[in-house]
Amino acid sequence: MLLINIAGLALIALIVWWFWFYKPKEAELGESDLVITVENGTYSPSRIKVPTGEPVEIKFIRKDQSPCSETLLIPELQISDTLPLNKLKTIQLPALAAGEYAFHCQMQMYRGQITVK
Amino acid sequence: MSSVNTESGKPGCHKDTDNNAQHHNHEHGSDPHVHVDSAAHQELIIEGAGCASCVGKIESALKAVPGVENAEMNFAQRTVSVIGNAAASDLLKAVEKAGYNAKLAAAENEDDALAEKEKADQAYYKRLMKETWIALSLGGPLMAYALITGEVNVNTTTERIAWLVVGILTFGVLYFSGKHFFVGAWKSFLNHSANMDTLIALGTGTAWLYSMVVVFFPDAVPDQARHVYFEATAIIIGLIDLGLALELKARGRTSEAIKRLIGLQAKTARVIRDDKELDIAIEQVLLNDVVRVRPGEKIPVDGEVIEGHTAIDESMLTGEPMPVEKATGDTVAAGTINKSGSILFKATRVGKDTALAQIINMVKRAQNSKPPIGRLADVISAYFVPVVMIIAVASALTWLNFGPEPAVAFAIVSATTVLIIACPCALGLATPMSVMVGVGKAAEAGVLIRNGEALQTASKISAMILDKTGTITLGAPKVTDVLVAGEHDEQAVLRLAATLESGSEHPLAMAIVESAQERGIEMGKVSNFNAIAGHGVQAEVDGKTLLFGNEKLMRERTIGLGDFVEKAQALAAEAKTPMYFAVDNKLAAIIAVADPIKEDSIAAIKRLQHNGIRVVMLTGDNRATAKAVAEKAGIKEFFAEVLPEEKSKKVQELQMEGEVVGMTGDGINDAPALAIANVGFAIGTGTDVAIESADITLMRGSLHGLADAIAVSKATLRNIKQNLFGAFIYNVAGVPFAAGVLYPFLGLLLNPVIAGAAMAFSSLTVVTNANRLRLFKAQEH
Repeated sequence: MLLINIAGLALIALIVWWFWFYKPKEAELGESDLVITVENGTYSPSRIKVPTGEPVEIKFIRKDQSPCSETLLIPELQISDTLPLNKLKTIQLPALAAGEYAFHCQMQMYRGQITVK
Repeated sequence: MSSVNTESGKPGCHKDTDNNAQHHNHEHGSDPHVHVDSAAHQELIIEGAGCASCVGKIESALKAVPGVENAEMNFAQRTVSVIGNAAASDLLKAVEKAGYNAKLAAAENEDDALAEKEKADQAYYKRLMKETWIALSLGGPLMAYALITGEVNVNTTTERIAWLVVGILTFGVLYFSGKHFFVGAWKSFLNHSANMDTLIALGTGTAWLYSMVVVFFPDAVPDQARHVYFEATAIIIGLIDLGLALELKARGRTSEAIKRLIGLQAKTARVIRDDKELDIAIEQVLLNDVVRVRPGEKIPVDGEVIEGHTAIDESMLTGEPMPVEKATGDTVAAGTINKSGSILFKATRVGKDTALAQIINMVKRAQNSKPPIGRLADVISAYFVPVVMIIAVASALTWLNFGPEPAVAFAIVSATTVLIIACPCALGLATPMSVMVGVGKAAEAGVLIRNGEALQTASKISAMILDKTGTITLGAPKVTDVLVAGEHDEQAVLRLAATLESGSEHPLAMAIVESAQERGIEMGKVSNFNAIAGHGVQAEVDGKTLLFGNEKLMRERTIGLGDFVEKAQALAAEAKTPMYFAVDNKLAAIIAVADPIKEDSIAAIKRLQHNGIRVVMLTGDNRATAKAVAEKAGIKEFFAEVLPEEKSKKVQELQMEGEVVGMTGDGINDAPALAIANVGFAIGTGTDVAIESADITLMRGSLHGLADAIAVSKATLRNIKQNLFGAFIYNVAGVPFAAGVLYPFLGLLLNPVIAGAAMAFSSLTVVTNANRLRLFKAQEH
């Protein structure tokens, strides 16, 4: 029983760490072309890094049929847009100050983050 | 294949970084991602470019067009991004000359996009329904068997084999009907995120795995715990798929308003080019094209009438039911319907620039924006799923440690039920669905709401400041009274006065000329016209000496006024401007001019007051006029002699008193006051809407739009609150119940199947409740 309890508590710790504390790598916006794919309930890549002080464009392609994935919101920038199915959609970002800007679907089940550095 | 572009020379980028930055800064906070200055950056779609070598050819053809700074083609997408100030028509011609076809990408056909979306949604719906039937056709009979026989235990070898078969069939259901949950859960897990898929996959996966353990290793679990939960697994998957399908259908209805707006766009236009009439797709209509519209047809793009006259039904855009007369020089708007005559007009705004396209864009954006009330739900949804997972584990541990036998079964059931019943979707959907319907509903009434915040604040307005001129009144002076003296005839007096004033550009003079024209009076000829500064005018018409001006002018010329002085004072007290008119040095009439109150202003103001809103009038006019207008309009409070720059101070004064202030103006000199108010309302004139100038734009001039806007906001906010309350209560009550908090007291533990049904229908309930808003009707009293 002790073992089960320890395993259970470890599982809780693991959930906390995996979903909240672990910071996955950000996809760099380097020379290579980058498209954020919306599929299977996620943005992939979900974390991207963009330079400060420059307007940039981010491209999305939605392959997920769920209506939830249709809307893209970047609340801090007051951006809300519709992502068409299987079509590239370019979202233009203004020149941004350094910081983190979350993007997500209407219900926040699809979540991503733009880090401006 | 495509990119996140910086400004350094990639497709779709801008060279003019400074301009671009300004452009974005300017738009920041309103619309940072939509390009307004289409002249600087145009995107063409190229047809017929089959090989990569075409790229150079097309690019150089475009670069040769005067005004083009750069042209870069993305071969994969068959698009060219052109930077520079060249006319679109020149660009298209250049590409055609090079041997390819091109069209402007900016004018993407919304109608087609919508049709495509509906097709995709339809296909998705069918798939979900198929998955539902597969899951339920296994789950249903299994559950019936379990309920009737109560035999879901695994004790004998025969039972083990039978249940193994069922287990494999259930796996089939998980694969065919539930694969998307598992794939989604796994992908998000890898992404360090969790969503609804995670909960469903974990819940049904746990139930199935436990059941398989029971089948394969019955000895590993206590006797009483040898239950299998295959029926629950199949039914939960089926119900959730069904919920998703029904939600998809219900969601379709939430965007009805935008569909209707998109449907207003004409598909083709009849343009005259090189003396030939051509029917072309509206995306191909260029600026300055001459367009012909026959009776009954839709106006395809915005323009200015150059020939013919007609009446146009603009109700679909402005909510104004009466058709509007249009003649040469008048503007027409895309999406409105030409009723009577045939007209030719010159295209002044095409593609994404038409008022209709901008309205669609604005409504779409507003529909996707969130009012502050939704923020708490957002914060909760961000942590929701992992928290539910933790609760599930904690609940299982609690049952294992303290629960009665069979503790393992209780632990599994409670953990599964917690995972299944929790519904982040209902919480997440609560706000956006209502906003979607509410903003759309407002647009139908001719009220454009900029964003969710404006919507929420509008519902709380306690004081409304109305600008007088152009808001409460028509904004154009009109002749209100002609009081003739002695034997004079009103028509004749008006003819002489109008003839006299026909050379003047003074607003009061124009009102008299207009009044004569309205009555079909032909004007004569003026001679010896003389303006007497500060007094009035003098001239000769038909050999008579006419004098038109104030009392002082009459007294100076020793013209007897008699009791007309009192009559003039009475008129002045009614906020009218009386002027004396003398013919051959004898008083002929008093003509009074005033800016009349709009027909429905009084009723609309009453409606606002009836809703408990403190209505305050603001004007630059003198106290007497202000008082008269306020009294007539039924307004108790007013500020008179307010300079334009002081308007915003008055807004602040009310705010200091603790009021949530709405400010309504025509947007011309009211911009600072509109900006400082809690909600700024701009009154549009017809379809010529000042979309960017206010939080809420009323497309028709009537003040009823204000009451409508506030009523829609209130209804929407009420709807959001119902949804949020429902979703909170559902989760707050459902999750602990599922974990088994009631068991020690009442011996109640929730069945996972019921949890699945509750979860599947909770988000459907939210969408359905939001759809109730569609029935909302603004009441004009």
